[in-house]
Amino acid sequence: MKIAVFCKSVPDTETKVRLKGDRLDTSGIKYILNPYDEFAVEEAVRMKEAKKAEEIVAISMGPARAQEALRNALAIGADRAVLVTDDALDGSDTLATAKVLVKVLEKEGGDFDLLLFGQRAIDGDTWQVPSQVAALLDLPQATCTVALEVEPGSKAVATRLVEGGEEIHELTLPAVITCSKGLNEPRYPSLPNIMKAKKKPLTTYSLGDLGIDASEVGKNGSRTEVLSYELPPARGGGKKVEGEPEEVVAELVKFLKEEIKVI
Amino acid sequence: MEFSFTEEQRLMAETARKIAKDFPPDYWYEKEEAGEFGAEFWKAISEAGFLGIVIPEEYGGVGLGVSELMLVIQELCENGCGMAGNWYICLTEVFGAMPIVKYGTKEQKEKYLPKIASGELEFCMALTEPNAGTNTFRIETFAKKEGDGYRINGSKIFISGADRAKGMLLIARTTRPEDAPKKTHGITLFLVDLPNEAVKVSPIPKHGINYSKTCEVVIEDLWVPESAVLGEVDKGWFSLLDVLDPERLVFTVASVGIGKLAINYAVNYGNQRQVFSQPISSYQSLQHPLAEAYASLVSAELLAYKAGWLFDNDGHYREIGAVANMAKAVAVENATKAVYWAMQTLGGYGYSKEYHVERWWREINLVRLAPVTQQMALNYIAEHILGMPKSYS
Ligand SMILES: Cc1cc2nc3c(=O)[nH]c(=O)nc-3n(C[C@H](O)[C@H](O)[C@H](O)COP(=O)(O)OP(=O)(O)OC[C@H]3O[C@@H](n4cnc5c(N)ncnc54)[C@H](O)[C@@H]3O)c2cc1C
Repeated sequence: MKIAVFCKSVPDTETKVRLKGDRLDTSGIKYILNPYDEFAVEEAVRMKEAKKAEEIVAISMGPARAQEALRNALAIGADRAVLVTDDALDGSDTLATAKVLVKVLEKEGGDFDLLLFGQRAIDGDTWQVPSQVAALLDLPQATCTVALEVEPGSKAVATRLVEGGEEIHELTLPAVITCSKGLNEPRYPSLPNIMKAKKKPLTTYSLGDLGIDASEVGKNGSRTEVLSYELPPARGGGKKVEGEPEEVVAELVKFLKEEIKVI
Repeated sequence: MEFSFTEEQRLMAETARKIAKDFPPDYWYEKEEAGEFGAEFWKAISEAGFLGIVIPEEYGGVGLGVSELMLVIQELCENGCGMAGNWYICLTEVFGAMPIVKYGTKEQKEKYLPKIASGELEFCMALTEPNAGTNTFRIETFAKKEGDGYRINGSKIFISGADRAKGMLLIARTTRPEDAPKKTHGITLFLVDLPNEAVKVSPIPKHGINYSKTCEVVIEDLWVPESAVLGEVDKGWFSLLDVLDPERLVFTVASVGIGKLAINYAVNYGNQRQVFSQPISSYQSLQHPLAEAYASLVSAELLAYKAGWLFDNDGHYREIGAVANMAKAVAVENATKAVYWAMQTLGGYGYSKEYHVERWWREINLVRLAPVTQQMALNYIAEHILGMPKSYS
């Protein structure tokens, strides 16, 4: 099998989100490989180790710094990486992004058996790109997968968690799978593998290389636009109810009825 | 000038941070209380390749320098491991791998390096003696030529990890001071395999860092073959510097890491804790000492990486010594201050074991005494950098 794993460079989970006007203040942010994408890379590498896959291509669209997220994927065990980077991409929404990723797949031969994504990126948190890629390519998809069995050349069986149980999907290949926490425990990229990753090929494409016109992407090529960012309102102080049990219950019921009106 | 880390270095730091998150302060609280080796942590750092950072690829390592070693150690310490992020790595990689990489014969390299890189073989260094701590030249452990080997006798003290290690870098005299043409002449390094009947190891109960034992080591009629000599006979002092400088540097970044860890912990705590109408972190009498300590720690950190860079780029040993001693002195003074004020910020909770700061306090207390005392670091600055007269002989 040939597997594509999509990788996004996102702010570290411990980033304190700050705004500069109504934009994100990106100064001093440390970037990492999106943690959900790590599950995807790990899953692909395990398939390669189990001799089910021959080639893993890590793909990212993003600014030049996204190269580091791709190196991380290479250090976990992807074979090569592709980065699409172009100033004109700034402001692209999820659909514009999905279109670019589809072009990359074509450029890379179009013969992928499995497209693995993280179920969501922890920064934009839209959960949309994988499904849009599946729709554009008319491929079956299973999202939020917690277990995956693949029979190369034939099918994939994906387990998703749903309320009260599991949903099991059988998909014919090629297919799109998005990976959830629980699918696997990603390994730490070891130092020897980080050094090996340095020598693995990383190709960079501009829009021109992919035959995409600047008007199809960025703000102009997007149907949605982020107008501004706002921090969630600061949490108000809690309310403490004190006294004997009977008093506390009465007080609490009154509060639930009259102040927050949930009963 | 170039101040940024490379992409690979940043990824290594990221791996170290991830491992540190898996071995958080609670893990070390338990290990410390139980006086137990952090075996799970050791396995994780072995698999991540942290024990082979300075070991060439052909011997199973990654062939990098002391700068990468420092970077990884600091990330581990700063992100929750405290001194444990440095301790085991230093004992095995700085005391074992580094001198063997630099001075070992092909046979010595083949024998030790692959096993060190994979985490199979732990090391220790036996330098300090009851009558020779700060003054290394006074060591009395003596290796007498006997046939095609040496007969060694002597006693060592404060030898960390000697209870577990399978390899020991032993520093002994092969020429007595009175017979030596120069003060630096007559010291030889040996590689000794442990356990050995002629080497008696007894742990010394101590103040902190109890997830590792520090021991008294008595050597009685130990015979080693000539092939156990590391580097040149009688000229071990200069090889030893290549161990002591990196040791100083990893302890410097460990101190920076512990200081920052304590400060971050105190800031989080202080932001939550309300005693009067505002969080206690709003009080400047807590803010300023923490801010001062932090700024000084970051300064020492820069200096430490400069020393690491000099070491990796064949800087002159005097220049490395100067920068390393300055970094050590500033880092330790301010890490101590950082932990002191972190404890102050936590109030009574700072004194309770579950809140970790008291453990970091016990850990940071070591660094003013070892690997080199603060006084000796300051002596070095006064004598060798400022050109003031030496006050002792
Ligand atoms: C937990 C722990 C682990 C250790 N691990 C190891 C190890 O693995 N291997 C190893 O070989 N050693 C180890 N050591 C030993 C350590 O390196 C020594 O303790 C240290 O070098 C100080 O020596 P000393 O204890 O003999 O102090 P001393 O030399 O007796 O010094 C006592 C005091 O006098 C001061 N002093 C001495 N001379 C001067 C001077 N000229 N000017 C000003 N002040 C002076 C010192 O600064 C110090 O404050 C360890 C020590 C400890 C506590």
